[in-house]
Amino acid sequence: MLHTLSASELGRMIAAGETTSVEVTRVFLDRIQQYNDTLNAFLHVDREGALEVAAAVDARLAAGEQLGPLAGVPIGVKDNFCTTDQPTTCGSRMLEGWVPPYDSTVVARLREAGLVIVGKTNMDEFAMGSSTETSAFGPTRNPWDTDRIPGGSGGGSAAAVAAHLVPIALGSDTGGSIRQPAAVTGTVGIKPTYGGVSRYGVVAMASSLDQPGPCARTAEDAALLHQVIGGYDPMDATSLHLDVDGLAEAARATSLEGLRVGIVEEFTGEGFEEGVQARFDEAVALLEELGATVTRVSCPAFHYSMAAYYLIQPAELSSNLARFDGMRYGLRSGDDGTRSAEEVMSASRGDGFGKEAKRRIIIGTYALSAGYADQYYGQAQKVRTLIARDFEAAFEQCDVLISPTTTTVAFRFGERSEDPVAMYMSDLCTTPSNLAGNASASFPIGLSEGLPVGLQVIAPVGEDVRLYRVGGAIEHALEARWGGALLEQAPELKQKGA
Amino acid sequence: MDFEDALDQFDPALGLEVHVELNTATKMFCGCANAFGAEPNTNTCPVCLGLPGSLPNINGKAVESAIRLGLALNCQIAPYSRMARKNYFYPDMTKNFQTSQYDEPICHDGYVDVEVDGETFRVEIERAHMEEDAGKSTHAGSTGRLQGSEYSLLDYNRAGVPLIEIVTKPVIGAGAKAPQVASAYVAHLRELVKALGISEARMERGNLRCDANVSIAPKGSHALGTRTETKNVNSLRSIERAVRFEIERQADVLADGGSVVQETRHFDESSGTTSPGRPKSDADDYRYFAEPDLLPIAPSPEWIEELRATLPEPPAERRARLQEAWGFTDIDFRSIVAAGALDLVDATVAAGAKPAHARKWWVSELARRANEAGVELDALAITPAQVAGVQRLVDEGVVTDKLARDVIDGVLAGEGEPQEVVEARGLVVVSDTGALSAAVDKVIEANPDVAEKIRGGKVQAAGALIGQIMKEMKGQADAAKVRELILEKLA
Repeated sequence: MLHTLSASELGRMIAAGETTSVEVTRVFLDRIQQYNDTLNAFLHVDREGALEVAAAVDARLAAGEQLGPLAGVPIGVKDNFCTTDQPTTCGSRMLEGWVPPYDSTVVARLREAGLVIVGKTNMDEFAMGSSTETSAFGPTRNPWDTDRIPGGSGGGSAAAVAAHLVPIALGSDTGGSIRQPAAVTGTVGIKPTYGGVSRYGVVAMASSLDQPGPCARTAEDAALLHQVIGGYDPMDATSLHLDVDGLAEAARATSLEGLRVGIVEEFTGEGFEEGVQARFDEAVALLEELGATVTRVSCPAFHYSMAAYYLIQPAELSSNLARFDGMRYGLRSGDDGTRSAEEVMSASRGDGFGKEAKRRIIIGTYALSAGYADQYYGQAQKVRTLIARDFEAAFEQCDVLISPTTTTVAFRFGERSEDPVAMYMSDLCTTPSNLAGNASASFPIGLSEGLPVGLQVIAPVGEDVRLYRVGGAIEHALEARWGGALLEQAPELKQKGA
Repeated sequence: MDFEDALDQFDPALGLEVHVELNTATKMFCGCANAFGAEPNTNTCPVCLGLPGSLPNINGKAVESAIRLGLALNCQIAPYSRMARKNYFYPDMTKNFQTSQYDEPICHDGYVDVEVDGETFRVEIERAHMEEDAGKSTHAGSTGRLQGSEYSLLDYNRAGVPLIEIVTKPVIGAGAKAPQVASAYVAHLRELVKALGISEARMERGNLRCDANVSIAPKGSHALGTRTETKNVNSLRSIERAVRFEIERQADVLADGGSVVQETRHFDESSGTTSPGRPKSDADDYRYFAEPDLLPIAPSPEWIEELRATLPEPPAERRARLQEAWGFTDIDFRSIVAAGALDLVDATVAAGAKPAHARKWWVSELARRANEAGVELDALAITPAQVAGVQRLVDEGVVTDKLARDVIDGVLAGEGEPQEVVEARGLVVVSDTGALSAAVDKVIEANPDVAEKIRGGKVQAAGALIGQIMKEMKGQADAAKVRELILEKLA
């Protein structure tokens, strides 16, 4: 049962010669082959390439080379990270089949550390969505209930990890795209401090909000991956010099003695599903048992977070997505020799973008228009400052803040896809950290009606280590209580057609 | 309406936007070479091609150049400024937005004084901001424009090349001198950026590009009329002509009871006229917002002062100083400036030549050759030190003034230093009295009547013999020496 082992354990076994990277990689590739038709978690799988890399890692280890703790471990990469050996489509027709000529910094670091990239995971188109329903290549299904969404935009990575198709995966979080899928699939998702993990080569949605980060089944695995991908990158001007050593150590915590925890008042009570609130209340009790002191803090500007987020994010993406015009790469439509460049651009964008992408491009273009920019984009930037101030004040009293990650458990396909505002509310609790740039994570804390519930933990800028300490401590306590990982309670996956 | 009539009825106002292409080694936001003339699309990378996922990184040298230029333009340097995205779709724009600056330019509120016919005009600078260049489109078809072209070729080598755009406040009150003020201002900027060493400043290569906004208003009204923007006027002479033409054209329109359309216009070099481009109105909406991929630019006061200390002498002061030091009249000195030879003459003088000699070579002989070759003076394959060397050979009597031109030919042809050319081409003046004496005797013998006149005291008749002797000596004789010999022999 290699596939149920953690990435850190697999890495240890590969390094110790108890198994090989090729063997481990094959196990996961076989699981992908078995279950991807059911889940649609991967858009592209590179079996041969992965096995070659695995064999090379095995050879290096056999030659006595010392590699990192995740060397030889398979990983899934969200399809908005540029990879030179696999397509990078961002879940869009616009980039169908596009193979970038360069690797994103994060992917280059994965290769450097000997990780084995088995494939690219599904996502909402250009990361716009909370369900993967906007992917041009069909939605990903939640392994807990295949009639339900796996969250989004990084539903592919979360579902792949939850279903043990890979032990770890990469995600990117603009408003909750790592944390919300983690919450609804019972996995761990970390949005590092903005600037903590390089954005170079990650196809941008909203530049000031996007942040790549790890998806995993355990806090320690997420931390080990964070240590591989994190740290300063001169190619990203917004990159920070943050120390990532010690994250995995923090994830091994068993006590939270002395930790001051604040419950975000604005994100509790009304509007939260009963089961979600119940698991959250139990988690609060658990934190106290582990030695933390828990208080309630108010962040009044968080009420305006969604409104500000849904102006800033579309505004930036309307500009970031302008480059997709069919002129240099990607889909080109209407080029029959009679049409002007402008007409071809227009036709390509009309055909290449899905409904949600178009909706947000239109909203963003409007929000930046002369005469409206001040009242929409400008005002949203002011709210952003207020949110950052609320965080600052709260972190004077608390070391971390907590809330449920989402208001509900995984919803059913179609439930929110016709109502954009309902869909956008999936990110209610997660957007403040993107707007303020601080670190935030989601950890599994139990089930409600058989579906996972996540705890959001929020730390100040640069204090990502606190996320791992809290996440690690509750994970160890809960697993002791459950007698194993939460994912062991998931129903058995069925093969499609079986 | 001719220019004089137009000026009788209307006051012109100018607004000049000059783009200066910086000569940094690399582009504005990536490590690609900033080089002119490379094979198309070879100086490119994911960043300047705007590939998905790529991110910009600002070129510190470009920021430094912008600050130095701002200081030289007497501008305020913003302690905090940001890059901004200017959003519009065009195939030569790889990201479909240009990374520029909007409401927070790095330099603002400066001025320069330019001189026209001895009169000084102050041109106020509104702002100087940094931005990136777009790629270069070549449209196949008769018009050379995108509209109606069969196909277009795109070269992204220029995409991301650093530019500084300098925008003036409305220049009013220049009256009939408006066209000259416009060209003098651009000439001043060209001189300034060259002195700063931040740009090659070659207008014919587009290192310096000028958009001229022109409007006219009824004389004495103190109002600003509707402006047109004539794009990419790419020589000093064209700027003057374009401004002049627009003033005349707009005067015609208004005199006929029409109104000037706010639009961009193209200047046609051959006809000296402008024609309508696309309509430009305040409806143009570039949806500017602060570039989230780059950090704000916050130069420290210490750094700004360090850069201030590196500024060259202001061109006007330098000109005054050199003119005095060299002792030239205004006319002679202006001929140097007009020929673009100031730096070259200065360097030639520094290499040991007398100012008058340095001026003579650069302003007449070498300017002619540059003109024939269709290149800028400083692009000639001869250095100021070599010109000083040529003059030294003349001073030492090694070559005559006439032979010196052959030496210059040799240097330009790559035959080496002046002394090497003299040796290789055998251009040395024959000062061997034996050979010279024989030639003199031969010519005297062949011209007995002229010789008789000289013997009789008509010394000026020697000229006729000198010419023949020089011919005999293939020019390689010192005329004074020849004359001396003739008079000696016929005394």
